[in-house]
Amino acid sequence: MLLEVKGLTKFFGGVAAVKDVGFKVSKGSIFALIGPNGAGKTTIFNLITGALPPDSGTIRFEGRQLVGLKPYQIAAAGITRTFQNLQLFSGMTVLENVLTGAYLKGRTGFVKSLFCLPSKNREDKRIKEEALALLEEIGLEEAAGLPAAALPFGQQRLLEIARALASGPRLVLLDEPAAGLNSTETRSLAAYLKKLREKGLTMLLIEHDMETVMEVADRVLVLNFGHVIAEGTPQEVQADPEVIKAYLGEDDQVA
Amino acid sequence: MHIADQLLQLLFTGLTLGSIYSLIALALVTTFNITGILNLAQGEFVALGALLAVSMYAAGMPMAAAFTVSVLLVAMLGGFLERFAIHTARGASGLTLIIITIGLSISLRGLALLIWGTETYSLPAFSKGGPLFIGGAAVNPQSLWIFGLTAITLAGLYAFFELTYWGKAVKASVINRAAARLVGINPHTVSFLAFTASGALGAAAGIFIAPITMTTYDMGFMLGLKGFVAAVIGGLSNVGGAVLGGILLGILESYSAGLISSGLKDAIAIIILLAVLLIRPEGIIGAIRERKI
Amino acid sequence: MWKKAILRPAAVLLLFAVPLLIKSNYLLSILIVIGLYTIIVQGLGILMGYAGQVSFGHAAFFGLGGYTVAILTTRFHWPTVLALPAAALLPGVIAAIIGRPTLKLRELYLALATLGFGILVHIAFTEGKELTGGPSGITGIPYLSIGGLTFDSDIKFFYLVWITLFLILAGINNLVRSRVGRALRAISESEHAAENAGIDTAKLKLQAFIFSALLAGLAGGLYAFYVTFISPSPFGFHASVQFVLMAVIGGLGTFWGPLLGAAVVVTLGEFLRWAVPLVIPGAGGEYQIIFFGLILVLLMIFRPEGLGALGKCLKLSPEKMPGTGIPSKDI
Repeated sequence: MLLEVKGLTKFFGGVAAVKDVGFKVSKGSIFALIGPNGAGKTTIFNLITGALPPDSGTIRFEGRQLVGLKPYQIAAAGITRTFQNLQLFSGMTVLENVLTGAYLKGRTGFVKSLFCLPSKNREDKRIKEEALALLEEIGLEEAAGLPAAALPFGQQRLLEIARALASGPRLVLLDEPAAGLNSTETRSLAAYLKKLREKGLTMLLIEHDMETVMEVADRVLVLNFGHVIAEGTPQEVQADPEVIKAYLGEDDQVA
Repeated sequence: MHIADQLLQLLFTGLTLGSIYSLIALALVTTFNITGILNLAQGEFVALGALLAVSMYAAGMPMAAAFTVSVLLVAMLGGFLERFAIHTARGASGLTLIIITIGLSISLRGLALLIWGTETYSLPAFSKGGPLFIGGAAVNPQSLWIFGLTAITLAGLYAFFELTYWGKAVKASVINRAAARLVGINPHTVSFLAFTASGALGAAAGIFIAPITMTTYDMGFMLGLKGFVAAVIGGLSNVGGAVLGGILLGILESYSAGLISSGLKDAIAIIILLAVLLIRPEGIIGAIRERKI
Repeated sequence: MWKKAILRPAAVLLLFAVPLLIKSNYLLSILIVIGLYTIIVQGLGILMGYAGQVSFGHAAFFGLGGYTVAILTTRFHWPTVLALPAAALLPGVIAAIIGRPTLKLRELYLALATLGFGILVHIAFTEGKELTGGPSGITGIPYLSIGGLTFDSDIKFFYLVWITLFLILAGINNLVRSRVGRALRAISESEHAAENAGIDTAKLKLQAFIFSALLAGLAGGLYAFYVTFISPSPFGFHASVQFVLMAVIGGLGTFWGPLLGAAVVVTLGEFLRWAVPLVIPGAGGEYQIIFFGLILVLLMIFRPEGLGALGKCLKLSPEKMPGTGIPSKDI
């Protein structure tokens, strides 16, 4: 197993945002978290990436315990993410966003950065080439020199994904990557995610668009009020009476 | 002097100082609670109130009239600055607003320097007669005036926010802006009134302390800073904590100045500020404020 | 690229020609002061404009550098060439010690803590009489001499300061284009996103803080060698505010911003010192601070991106000011 989450619990005030959640994600799969708003999905992402400390529970990645590590250490361990409300570096260009995402690929520190060293220039050149290749793959190569804020919304979502991929992670957490995309963009996103899976990348996916989830996910975890109410293949979950009940009151969420 | 008498004397001095800091802290905390802005120009309101009253009194106005007019003038200044700077910059980051109030503070200080120069001024005490003696220590009657003003301000703020409809509505509007609109509270008006009131309170504090402190153009800086220290000790958003913080600071200062070295007086306040910020940014007295990520 | 290839040597040539063109020692001394302040504001600009952290206490590092030179050369008779690096190192070490806890604080609290630190150090300069000479300070600082070359005239000092400044500019030019420079900007844009890219934000903020303290200390050391006399008054809170003003006026996160900001503020200060007494006879003291305060307020309200961005605003004005204030987005 690439990722193993056990007994994960997080309280906000007196309310359990996530209660005793456990799941396992195998390498090279797409694992979807679904559930109504406020079910605790984003909180689970924040717990895995270290943005929030869990109250209890364990998170193991490649056998290594992540609880207690700082977010940057978790990124260095091989986990990156995208944000539901985009957190691009909007003052930077598209290319600079990806270069910043590739921070972990570089070695040059603060002091060395002050000087013009051949080793630094070689490193910069290599990372820049890789970043450009990634932009080409995702279809943003022509926008490389534009300010990130100038991109249309759909491309900003893609840029966030490119930034998350830039460091060469083994697990990527995607928080509603299709939100705000039109149906064509959503189709091509789904195709891209499947292509990434073929390359061996593992993904955790939060998504409200059920069509996308059913299409790409290998396994689905359904949450409601911080609890796991079902887990299984997309087909199993779709037929689960608990899931249908949870979604009846929130049918506006299901596409 | 007997050591016990000396300690008692230092306690009274500390209480007087503490009351002054409490008054400034009350103005800071009230503005902060309502607007989310820490007004670093608060000390300047104190200095301007005192200097204006000094000038008007020297020009022959009766004390009560000089007091009223300068309190009104500084209140208007507070309101004007809110309209001119804070309101215009609304929506800016907290840091931008801090830099704005620092800019206002140094401008006002420069203005005071231009008008009043570097001389030291003073006002006569409010009530005639020498000091009162309590257990071998002298208490300046002016200290009693200051205690009184602090008590009245605290009681007034408490009564306004806890007992009146408008006070409760303002409190609610701080928590929920949308709800504020529903009960007919305009946050812009509330912010304007908060700065006006803190101008008035600052000026009143300045005039009350003018008879026992050296009134100079730059007195506001250290007073304002110590007001923050008091407010920070109290947790920045807690009115009662601000008063306790002020008293605590005043007493600590008085004892360290009296028993160790007078040069340490200002340093003590800063050391407390840094210690509180670095160890317990939520304040020593204040309730722990929930943090959002 | 070709532009730089021409501009840089041209700028350097112009720089070297300045003392030959300017015969006035007054103008030369102003250029020296601008150079010294620019060194400080360069560091502050990295801290504020790139790492997004404010400091209202940098006059303390400036002063620590100055006093290090003064004390080492007059009390301990260190060779001047060793006292200068010490003037940069000591503030750097102090920044390393206070930086870690301090930089955990955000916005308001960070502003207050750095402000408090600045005032505390200023009090130490005034009260530490045995070491610092108290309010009257230390006189008789020797001229700096490096390998037989003694910097005993304004012209020599001009070259020293501006060559130092150009070396620092070159270093910062490398830094801001590097991996670390991008990471620093990432911190000021979104700390969460930066951390998730694997950036140790706490460490980088601390490094930027130490770097800015080193530069302020170096400027302080040079200042002490220039005026050969040191007292607490140039290192107070007003000086810290002026440095922030310089950084903001020039435009945070811009390459020439610090130089522009220092030049504007110093020139304006000199102008006001001349003009205000003409308008208001008998005015004395630091009244020009009124105008600095007002400019700071007006800038923050109407042009938080600084004057340096005037040309840029015709094309695409940034949505928010980079660097000042971490956008406090929720996850």
